Order: sequence, then C-alpha cells, then structure tokens
Amino acid sequence: MSSFSVTEPNARSKWVAGSLVILYALITMVPLAWIMLTGFKSPADAISYPPKVIFDPTLEGYVNLFTTRTRQTDDFLAANPPETWYEEIVRQYDMVIAGPSKFGERFLNSVIIGFGSTFLSVFLGTLAAYAFSRFKIPLADDLLFFILSTRMMPPIAVAIPIFLMYRQLGLSDTHLGMILLYTAVNISLAVWLLKSFIDGIPTEYEEAALIDGYTRFQAFYKVVLPQAATGIASTAIFCLIFAWNEYAFAVLLTSGTAQTAPPFIPTIIGVGGLDWPAVAAGATIFLLPVMIFTVALRKHLLRGITFGAVRK
Amino acid sequence: MTQAPITRAAEATPLPVARKIRGLSDRAIAWIFVGPTIFLLLAINIFPLIWTINLSFTNFRANRPNREVEYVGLRNYERILTDTDIWLNMQATAHFLFWTILLQVLIGFTLAYLINKKFKGNDLWTTIIVLPMMLSPAVVGNFWKFLYQPQIGLFNYIVAFFTGKDPSSFEMLGQVNLAPWSIVIVDTWMWTPFVMLICLAGLRSIPDYIYEAAEIDRASKWRQFWTITVPMVMPFLMLAVLFRGIENFKMFDLVVQLTGGGPGSTTELTSINLKREAFEKWRTGYASAYAIILFVTVFGLASIYVKALNKVKER
Repeated sequence: MSSFSVTEPNARSKWVAGSLVILYALITMVPLAWIMLTGFKSPADAISYPPKVIFDPTLEGYVNLFTTRTRQTDDFLAANPPETWYEEIVRQYDMVIAGPSKFGERFLNSVIIGFGSTFLSVFLGTLAAYAFSRFKIPLADDLLFFILSTRMMPPIAVAIPIFLMYRQLGLSDTHLGMILLYTAVNISLAVWLLKSFIDGIPTEYEEAALIDGYTRFQAFYKVVLPQAATGIASTAIFCLIFAWNEYAFAVLLTSGTAQTAPPFIPTIIGVGGLDWPAVAAGATIFLLPVMIFTVALRKHLLRGITFGAVRK
Repeated sequence: MTQAPITRAAEATPLPVARKIRGLSDRAIAWIFVGPTIFLLLAINIFPLIWTINLSFTNFRANRPNREVEYVGLRNYERILTDTDIWLNMQATAHFLFWTILLQVLIGFTLAYLINKKFKGNDLWTTIIVLPMMLSPAVVGNFWKFLYQPQIGLFNYIVAFFTGKDPSSFEMLGQVNLAPWSIVIVDTWMWTPFVMLICLAGLRSIPDYIYEAAEIDRASKWRQFWTITVPMVMPFLMLAVLFRGIENFKMFDLVVQLTGGGPGSTTELTSINLKREAFEKWRTGYASAYAIILFVTVFGLASIYVKALNKVKER
C-alpha cells in the first residue's frame, strides 16, 4: 500500500471505528459467555439475584446433563459411600445416579444425521453442479431456479405431507429419513455454491485431460475434484452447520430413536422446573464445536453464508 | 467464437469411436449427474407440495387416517382468508419482519462501514460478531428465555442497572406490550451479522479509483458517501433484505422456543400458528390450505422484489 492514499482512512477514524466494532462484538458476546458461565454454576447460583459473575465453579450442571438421578433414604446413602467424584456431587442432594441420561444418544444422533446428510448433499451436489457448470442442459436456468425456490417453503408447510409420507414408508423417527430430508433441504445451497466454485475452474485442464485419453468421468474425478477441494470443503461445513442447527423438522418428525440434540436440550428438567445449569452445559457442548469451526475456518465462510451470491 | 480444441476433435471423430474413447456420452453423464438431485427434490419437495395442494381441498385429519376424506372445494381457503385471528397473526408477522429488517439493515450497514475502515485486527472481530448466526436458533432461543427472566435474568438486570427500574417490574416474555419486542431483539442480535457480511462484500466491491476520481473533483466525504457508497452497496443490501425477509417469514425455531407464540397470541407468527393447526389441532386439510397461502405469499412477494432488485442492479 502506498504511503499516501485518499481512500486509506486516517488513523483517528480507524481508531474510532475499531473501538465501536469491538464494543459491539463484546456486547454481542455477553449472552454466549453467560451460557458458558451458567454451565459451571450450581442451581442456586444460577438463579440468584443479582446475577452472579463470580461464583464457585462446579461440574454439577454437566453431571446432571449426562445422568438421571433418584432420591434415596438416609440408610441407603450411609451404607453406600460415594465412589466417584460425580457420585459425590449428586450426594449433596441425597440422590444417587440411576443411569445415563438421553443426552449422549441425542448428541450422537446429531452427529450421525449431520455428517450423513452432509456427505450425501455434497456428493450429489458436486455431481449436479459439475453437470450444470460444464454441459448444456435443457432449461438449466429454470432448473437452477427451481432448486433454489425449494428453500422458500416454510418447513412446517413441507412437514405435513412428509409426516404422512414417512408414516406410510416407515421412515418417521429414523436416521435414514432425517438424512434424506436434510439432504433435500441442503442440496439447493450445495448445488448453487459448488457451481460457483466449479465455474471458477478453467475448462482447459479437463480438455487437456480428455485429449490425453481420459474419459469424462476420469477427467472429472482426477482433474476437477482436486481443484474444487476447497469449495467442496466449505460447502460441506455449511451443510453440516445447517443440519446441526435444524429444529423444526426434528421436533415434528422425530421423538425418540432419531431425535437430535436441538429439540432435546430445551426439555432438560431438574427439580422444580428447567435445570438451567444442565441446559447451559448441554448448550455449551452443542454450540462450542460450531464456534470453534467458525473461528478456525473464517476465511472460507463468507461465500457460503451469502448463497454464493457474494464472491470474494 | 472459436471452438475449443476438444469440440473440434470430437466432431472429427466418428461417433462409435468417440463413444469408446470417452466412455459415456456427455449427455448421458449430464443426466446421471443431475438426475439424483432432481429426483431427491421431486420426492421430498415437489411431491409433498402437490400432496399439500391436494389435501388443502379436503377435510382430512392426520390423527384420524381411517375417517372418510371429503373434498370440500375452496372452503378451507375461504375460512382462512375470512378468519380475523389469522389476520392478527399476519400483523404480528409483519411487525416482526418490519422491525427486524429495519434494525438489522441499520446496524448491519453501520458495522460493515466501520469494519471497512480496515483497522487492525478487523477480521478477528468480524468473526466474533458473526458467531451468533452460526448457532442453533432453538438452543440459543431457549437460553434467551433464561436471560429474559424477571428477577434472575441478566437482561432485566442490565436494563435495571442503566435505567434504575426495578428488575422485577417488567417481564419481557410475559407482557403483551413487550413480548413482540423480545423476539425482535433476539432476532436482531442473531442475524445482524448476516446483513453486515453482505454489506461488507458490497463495500469491498467498490473500486478505489471511483473515490479517487471523486476526490479530484473535490466532492465532500458526505457527498461521496451518498453518491458512491450508498448506491453501490444498494444491490447487496437489497439482497440481504430478500434473504432475511424470506427467512423471517418462515421464522419458527427461535420464536417457538422463546415465547411459544405467547402471551395470548401476541407473538404467534404465521409459522407457529400453522404448526398449531397442523400438529396440535390436527386440522390437516385446513393447515395445508394455510401452508399454500403462505407459500404463494412468500413466492409472490419474493418475485416482485427480485424484479425491483434487478432494476436497481441495472442502473
């Protein structure tokens, strides 16, 4: 950059802009920081007035999140001294751990459905995007618009017939059903994004490969795929984040075996109402991977967020 | 236009030989590649849509699948469009849409403008600002319910700290006059970064030489802002408004977790109302008609808007 430029903001306006942005960023972080803090509070500290910023940290919330507990008689408690640190935490309330809670299962469902649908939508999306980018397809623009327009439907509107359809096919509350559904929702984003990436790869490479005797198919996976790797990866992140966060379909179409974490976390009940530290602990475990992902991969995210409309 | 070498080579090769060389024909590959996607969308988007249209003319109830289904013509549509309660839901949705979009555009554009001053470390702070929109709206919405609690909630405490009010004197989620604002606040917190990112891309797309030329013409900074910056960012801003508009018209997860539509039906947005009709009252036929009306509304408004957007782009 040149030492003098009319478009380069001066030091003072940079300083003012910087402080305002940092102030906004700090304010916007307060709710997220509060979730994480609350996860380490005892139930009494969590609902104290005024709200406590400094408190004795405890893992009670996390223990409550992963276990179910029952109250026991004094005799039983005296006869069976606590053996582990988590058993000890529970004993303060004259309780014993009865077994694991459903959180682990629900979290695992989120992982299976998230990665399953991401793999499928990126796989199908890459093929379709390549075809749209390289071949003459009749009515290509209309098909592309059709693919995008499927995203305008309110999820509840689609959920009614899907609910009926899945009931008939035996797909309700199954992993496969949810993977197919999330793939259908995600594929519009995947096709649009990947097409914009593949459009950016010069066709000369493939043509050279074809002349060298590669088939179209070989040219596709030996030449185009490696070049589109970054695009494919960032598309995958978006599909994964969407499937990870999705709530409306999950709450309407799953109830047990295939339920993901988002409909489950808000229902974690403790003694006398919602167990806020456990809810916060669940939220922390659930949100943290996405936050780390976002910060680590920030360079690749912009294009995905804006549906490929904005290219860097 | 000159043809690519491969096309020329392909034309010179007899067809059977070409097949052997290239395996499948391009056309076959195109259909094999696009086919599965189209099939999936037809099966999970279009077929259900057609089914919904069909159901919307019936009195079907999903919780009683064995009952005889009668076609009732347009009666479902008639009942919805004359129902005053549904107009109240539409009003709640309009209030929500108007204020969230207005606030997000104002704050989002301001932030993008400030970030574009390229102060040190701006990309890290941008990422931090973006965090809320990457998270699960249902999980975050549920937690905001905790922040909004009177007495124990952090939000009430902070408001009380700055205004001197008693923190238990108001209930963001429980009062008819405050609840619509509670959802506006959370949505703005969550989605302002989206508008900001798109505006930022718009600002960065303006080439420096335009400002340099304006500077030579001695245009004031204020004038440069209104005659260069704003018009050049406008198409991007309108795109952001389109995306936010569609998303917030469909809004379900965040608000259902925060207020569940209450108190009364003050925050019962159309999506929440639709869910009640379809999955609590099980009036499947009626809800299907409702869904179609909503879909047509979004689609219609979006199409008109896209036309306007294209006009702005052409200028």
